[in-house]
Parts: sequence; structure tokens; C-alpha cells
Amino acid sequence: MSVKPMALTDRFKQGLGAPICLTWELTYACNLACVHCLSSSGVRDPRELSTGEAMALIDEMAAMQIFYVNIGGGEPMIRSDFFDIIDHCVASGVGVKFSTNGTRLTLDKAKRLAANPMVDVQISLDGADAATNDAVRGEGSWAASIAAMDNLVEAGFGEFKISVVMTRHNIPQIDQLHSLAEHYGAQLRLTRFRPSGRGADSWEALHPTQAQQRELYAWLLEHPMVLTGDSFFHLSALGNSLEGLNLCGAGRVVCLIDPIGDVYACPFVIHDEFLAGNIRDEGSFKTIWQSSELFTSLREPTSAGACASCGSYDACQGGCMAAKFFTGLPLDGPDPECVFGHGERELASQVVTIRPAARSDHSKRTPLAVRS
Amino acid sequence: MWRLLITAEPLNTFTPHQPWALSTKVALRDESFGALAYHYGNRRLVFLKSRDLVDLVRDLEHHDTAAEAIVATVGLERFDAYVQALDSLVESEVIYER
Ligand code: SF4
Ligand code: SF4
Repeated sequence: MSVKPMALTDRFKQGLGAPICLTWELTYACNLACVHCLSSSGVRDPRELSTGEAMALIDEMAAMQIFYVNIGGGEPMIRSDFFDIIDHCVASGVGVKFSTNGTRLTLDKAKRLAANPMVDVQISLDGADAATNDAVRGEGSWAASIAAMDNLVEAGFGEFKISVVMTRHNIPQIDQLHSLAEHYGAQLRLTRFRPSGRGADSWEALHPTQAQQRELYAWLLEHPMVLTGDSFFHLSALGNSLEGLNLCGAGRVVCLIDPIGDVYACPFVIHDEFLAGNIRDEGSFKTIWQSSELFTSLREPTSAGACASCGSYDACQGGCMAAKFFTGLPLDGPDPECVFGHGERELASQVVTIRPAARSDHSKRTPLAVRS
Repeated sequence: MWRLLITAEPLNTFTPHQPWALSTKVALRDESFGALAYHYGNRRLVFLKSRDLVDLVRDLEHHDTAAEAIVATVGLERFDAYVQALDSLVESEVIYER
């Protein structure tokens, strides 16, 4: 008799009554324009869910016994009903973990958040210094994140999270990022950079090199308390498995509800191919989660394809579906960042890489600079 | 480090002859294989891999001792296995000594 999670991965493939990791993006509006934004956010979508619709959705989450919801955007704090939304989540027993760029996190708001033990805050920060961070997140964004963190500390929030998307430029700063988190009494959370949203355009320039991936893997093994949201399981092919479920959870344990009520298999696949339905059309999120055609098919056993002959398939499972899809690789083959270089070879062998274009782009019409 | 210290605390060992209960900070959601438990305090997700274990965990509070609950819910034959299962739920703070 054991209650260890690993043996259960097969169960996920059959689908759970409700997602474990549900992300809800409240708005596509954002005052920043990060070059790697997974949701290509910028401008508010006029079809955004109203306050009433948001509240009804929370009631449904509570009825489905969703333990917590990851709130993001865009910048969620831009919505004028932001606190009404999180208060209603908490009152309904749905825990809140929300990600913010920190620009709206004043001391007053930090105090309001601190008063609520069921709310978890993640401040996005993509470098250990202003230059590295601002190259990706925009001028002044470092200062805004730091100010927000200072406010959380002053408000006595307790342990919050610093959320970092790992790129070519901040992997060398990983120890500094770790110290920064320690300095703030915060937990460090590292996520994989994926070629989703505007990340498709900046991927080439920003994704880690093979050598950096190995460094990161070794570092993660040495720092098991650092959170990764199961993001780097493709690195498990290098040896010992990293902490986590180590599988692509899209449509199985993971899903996204976007600001207009569209339900996608994962926050990193905002594309028609992975759109399971809209909560307005279907009348309920539960119906989509439990019986949409897309999610049912994602729960089927997947074929290993070109990865079948790889001895590390059990650990790596061919990597991330989003990373493959948006680099134009077949879904049943190696990840573009396959640690054995199979993805790179595959990409190199394609004479013309046809990448799927995004349908949902809410970027502001200003040119974005990518530092290479 | 902190977590290691907590696990070393004698308070956190399972004592079948004491009264136990499902933590008030834990939400249990039934699933086809058993249930998922989420602890709102330590934010850990735990898998309860059988229906019997789920029933047992829910039933703990109705018995004077955990041992009694095990006998009543799953029977004497599987006593040891369920002591072990409950023991692992103590560490993740899913159940607590009342
Ligand atoms: S598509 Fe990638 S990011 Fe999404 S759940 Fe699968 S592995 Fe994770
Ligand atoms: S070949 Fe496929 S399974 Fe093997 S390490 Fe590369 S991506 Fe993973």
C-alpha cells in the first residue's frame, strides 16, 4: 500500500474529475510588453468575461472542488474587479495563486493580500539585475518588481514567490537569483521558456543552450526546494528524475481558461488546435473539462514516434507539446530542446520550417526589441 | 532544512491507538482511483490511491482510536497496510491527532 504519486501518472492519462493545475487569465490587457509573453498580451479584449461571468465561473470551480486557481493575464491587477474576484475565490474555498508584474502592487494592496492566508503571490522577475530583466520585460520593470517585493515585505505578507522564466541570459545568474529570493524570504520558482505567444519570435535568441540546460539540471538537483512547476521534465533524460509528475499534463491535469472564456489544453498552447471550447458556448467549464473532444483525445495514450528508440523516453516522454508545436516539430517526436540534440537535428533537417501562426494576438502595435 | 526538522518531531509519528481525524485544512476530492487531497496550509497535493483509504480517512473522526477505525472500515486482515498508509498521511499533515 503506498500513496506515492509516481505510480499514478497513468491515471492522469484517463483524466481527473477536475484539473489540478488550472490557470485562469483574467485579462489580455497589460502595461508591459515582455518579449516572451506566452499569451501575447497587451490590449484588453472587448469580449473579456464580465464580473458576473467571472463570479459564476468561480462558483463552478468551487462546485468542481478545484483546490486552487492560478490567476494570470495579461496583468490581472489591471482589472478593476480584481479583489472582488480573488475574495470570491477564497470565500468559495478556491485557493488563489496569482502572478503579477508588480507594477500595481502598492503597499495598500500588499496589505490587503497579506490579510488573506489563502492567497499566494508570484512576482515575475527575469533577471538578477535591471539590465538583464529589462531587456526582456521592458524599461523600468525591474524597479517595479523590486518595489512590489518591498511592499509585500513591509506588509508582512510572508513567503511569496519570485517567478523566473529561464533564458540564455539569466541562467548564468541563477545563484544570484537564489540569493535575491533568500534576501526577501521568498521562494524561487523557475519556469521553462517556451516558444509560445511572443515567445515564438524571441525563442531563437533567448532559449538556453545545451550547455546551459545541463548546468540548470545539475543546479536543480542540488536545490530541490526551488519550485519548477514540473517545467523541466525534459531534462530528466539526463539522469535522475526531477521532482514532479514528469509528464505533459495538457488536458490531463493542466488547462487554461483565457480572458474571453476560451478553454485551452495548457497556458502555453493558445492556438485553435488546442482550443477545447468556450465556457459561454458550452454553458459550463465542467462539460469542456470532462467531455470535450480535444481533452478526451489528449488523454489517450500517446505514441512515442521518433522518440521510441530513446532509452530516456520514460523520463522525458518526448518533452513539451507546446515547445514542439510552436517550433514546427511533430508532436510525437523529440522536444526542440531534447538534451541529446535530436530536436535540433530535426529542426535543422527541415528545409523550410513552417511554424503555426498564432490566432490570438493581443500585442500592442509597437515594435519589440529582442536582445540576442 | 525546516521541513526535515518538522519530520523529525515525535509529534508527527502515527500512533494507531490515539484518536485521529482528517485535517480541517485539507480538501478531499473524490477521483476514480480514490481521491486527491490538498492541504491549504502546506500547499501539498497528496494522492489517496484507494477508495478504502479514502473512506477510512473520512471515518477516523468517528472512532476513539485509529486502530478501531481501521478494523471497522477495512478489516483486521489489512491492518498493517493501512497503518502504513495512514502513517504516510501524517507526514504530509493530511491527518492529525485529535
Ligand atoms: S504542453 Fe508543455 S507546458 Fe503545456 S502541459 Fe504539456 S509540457 Fe507542460
Ligand atoms: S529523444 Fe525524445 S525521449 Fe529521448 S531525450 Fe530526446 S526528446 Fe526525450
